[in-house]
Amino acid sequence: MCLAIPARIVELEQDVAVVDAMGNRYKAKTTLLPEAKLGDLVLVHAGFAISLVDEEEAKKTWQLIAEIDEFDDTQNKLSG
Amino acid sequence: MLDRINKAQHDINVACETLGRQINIMEVCGTHTVSIFRNGIRSILPKNLKLLSGPGCPVCVTDQGYIDAVLQLADRDDCIIATYGDMIRVPGKEGSLETKQAKANVKVVLSSEDALELAKDNSAQTVVFVAVGFETTAPATAVVVKEAANGAVDNFCILSGHKLVVPAMRALLSEKNDKINAFLCPGHVSAIIGYGAFAEIVEEFDRPCVVAGFEPVQIIEGLCEICRQLLADKAELKSMYSAVVTEKGNIAAQKIIDECFEPVDGYWRGVGKIPKSTLKLKDKYSQFDAFERFGISEEPSEEIKGCRCGEVLCGLIEPPECGLFGKSCTPLEPIGPCMVSSEGACAAWFKYGREK
Repeated sequence: MCLAIPARIVELEQDVAVVDAMGNRYKAKTTLLPEAKLGDLVLVHAGFAISLVDEEEAKKTWQLIAEIDEFDDTQNKLSG
Repeated sequence: MLDRINKAQHDINVACETLGRQINIMEVCGTHTVSIFRNGIRSILPKNLKLLSGPGCPVCVTDQGYIDAVLQLADRDDCIIATYGDMIRVPGKEGSLETKQAKANVKVVLSSEDALELAKDNSAQTVVFVAVGFETTAPATAVVVKEAANGAVDNFCILSGHKLVVPAMRALLSEKNDKINAFLCPGHVSAIIGYGAFAEIVEEFDRPCVVAGFEPVQIIEGLCEICRQLLADKAELKSMYSAVVTEKGNIAAQKIIDECFEPVDGYWRGVGKIPKSTLKLKDKYSQFDAFERFGISEEPSEEIKGCRCGEVLCGLIEPPECGLFGKSCTPLEPIGPCMVSSEGACAAWFKYGREK
């Protein structure tokens, strides 16, 4: 539950951003990361950017998330 | 990458052989638990190095009394319950939020902002946000409480079950649990609190604390760093996750937590009451506190008969040692919270249990 997802800020107006994570776009807020700028890669958790992150780290995390999704899928199949 | 893994594995082997005794390292993060199992990390570790899955999954550590309080509010016609999806299947004394969903007043949200929007769109009812999670999640709740206060959204409130990681680590060690030799500390919690927050564990309890990211190489190198310290008979604070975690963490997030919340004693599933471990809204925001608004409290409840999640969370037993594990308690019909959450130790063991 504490996993934050890397995403790129593609729109930003005050503290309201649209971010792109692995091709999915959604709203996120930068209230907790006032230094975030348009184009930055950030870690988003529960709708809020909590940290800046570099490109290499973002890629690794995206890969890990894809693996965890796969893990969850397997669990769901196991359980029902 | 393989070179780094091989080197770390070699160093771990040498350290554990030299130490000769049983070494137990606890991870305090559900995402670490999943990554460790998913990548078969346990299977490459020496026999005398054991990984314990500690209280690192917010769903798992939420006490049944809190769930019962949520379910009590879900029964009211004047309330809408807004919850993260993780909590929906956690069983209370009578049913779970999933069983209440038929009443149509239980809504799954992806963020605290969504919960506040729900309140704005449903002015005739009170939206109760099921505010759970560690320090990573708490600031997101604090932001919307402030927004609700500034925008006078009176039909919004939160049931805070937010928990703090460091007090729980202290409690585990204070229980004279000498099984835990070191901690692999959480990555994204540390993005908020900073790795410096674990200094007290290192200094007071003489246990190595190493923050790691979630990919296998970082976890293995984190374990290697811990073994290196144990071999040198040292306890140090170290972060292997410098791409994200700084010593001081996210100051803006810490400030907003401090502005809205104060730490109070709180109940953790299976562990019991832990001093200053749960976040309660400060008096100036008490009108947004669902406990106060509805006059309810989180009573410590009877544990589920036969369920040993508490001992699992404290690192005292491994999931298969519980009599319910894999028999009456499975991911399809979970009895204990560690089986409900995909980040729970029992769910991970159920999937990869035959591995070491």
